[in-house]
Amino acid sequence: MDVSINGPKVLFTLPFFGGIDVSQSVVSSWVVLALVTVFCLWLTHDMSVTNPSKRQIAAEKLVLMVKELVENNMGQNWQHFAPLVATILAYSFCSSALSITGLRSPTADFSVTLAMALITFSLIQLYHLKSKGVFGFFKRFVEPVPVMLPMNIIGEVSLPASMSLRHFGNITSGTVITALVYGALAAFSRLVLGWIPNTFIANIPIFQVGIPAVLSVYFDMFSSAIQAYIFCMLTMANVASAAE
Amino acid sequence: MERAIVLAASAIGIGIAMIAGIGPGIGEGYAVGQACAAIGRQPEAQSKVTSTMILGCAIAESTGIYSLVVSLILLFANPLVNLL
Repeated sequence: MDVSINGPKVLFTLPFFGGIDVSQSVVSSWVVLALVTVFCLWLTHDMSVTNPSKRQIAAEKLVLMVKELVENNMGQNWQHFAPLVATILAYSFCSSALSITGLRSPTADFSVTLAMALITFSLIQLYHLKSKGVFGFFKRFVEPVPVMLPMNIIGEVSLPASMSLRHFGNITSGTVITALVYGALAAFSRLVLGWIPNTFIANIPIFQVGIPAVLSVYFDMFSSAIQAYIFCMLTMANVASAAE
Repeated sequence: MERAIVLAASAIGIGIAMIAGIGPGIGEGYAVGQACAAIGRQPEAQSKVTSTMILGCAIAESTGIYSLVVSLILLFANPLVNLL
């Protein structure tokens, strides 16, 4: 069996600050950023008011969808939040779905999802500070009684932990299960074709054609779409409740 | 010898950790059942019920994901072996 499941490999090291490791996740993140940027530029170039093209209608539909999502979950006066939500949706979905192409998805690396969750966490704290003031910000931790201080701190910290672990676990389980199924299918094809004396033909993994596509539809498309949606929903719900 | 004991205990621990998958299974099954009942009563609310159900299922799944993360750590980055 030649199944290898490992973390992101370090591809090269930048020679600043005593060496910064650039791992597979970072490189795939660059690919995702380039894809999203090129897609957005392609969608939005030469727009016109009087004679909209099909591409422009699709772009408007996407923007309206995100605006509606924000409006339904946060309220009327949160329109300025739509770009952040759209960014999280696009980045999260594209990086999880990148495993279709055979590259390693950045979100299968805990540091990426933790970074995303920390952005949300700092936003939540910022809105707490904005809406309650400095005194109210710290008073929140000793409510309803001061004995609850450790519980409140744990409750506050568990939010980014649970958000990042949920996203990471879902994508990583997909990666691991896909690798295991590929290994099993290779072993099975060797079992079936093993009687052929020609080693080249005997080693062709015929069962790896087509069958993993079913898994890919679930793990790459469905799971990543759901996780991106949930990440956005949790971000919106928590920020909106922090600002109250 | 100690290494073998630690590895065996880790392997058993991985299996035990994944028992936590029972919880989300029951919870999600209940949620989906209730959603089906709700759609049966009010078929016009199907899209809203479905999206709420999927969101709830994915959040209920997080305890299962935690156990998965624990078992993945024990499988691929076992910290206990380094303690020897």
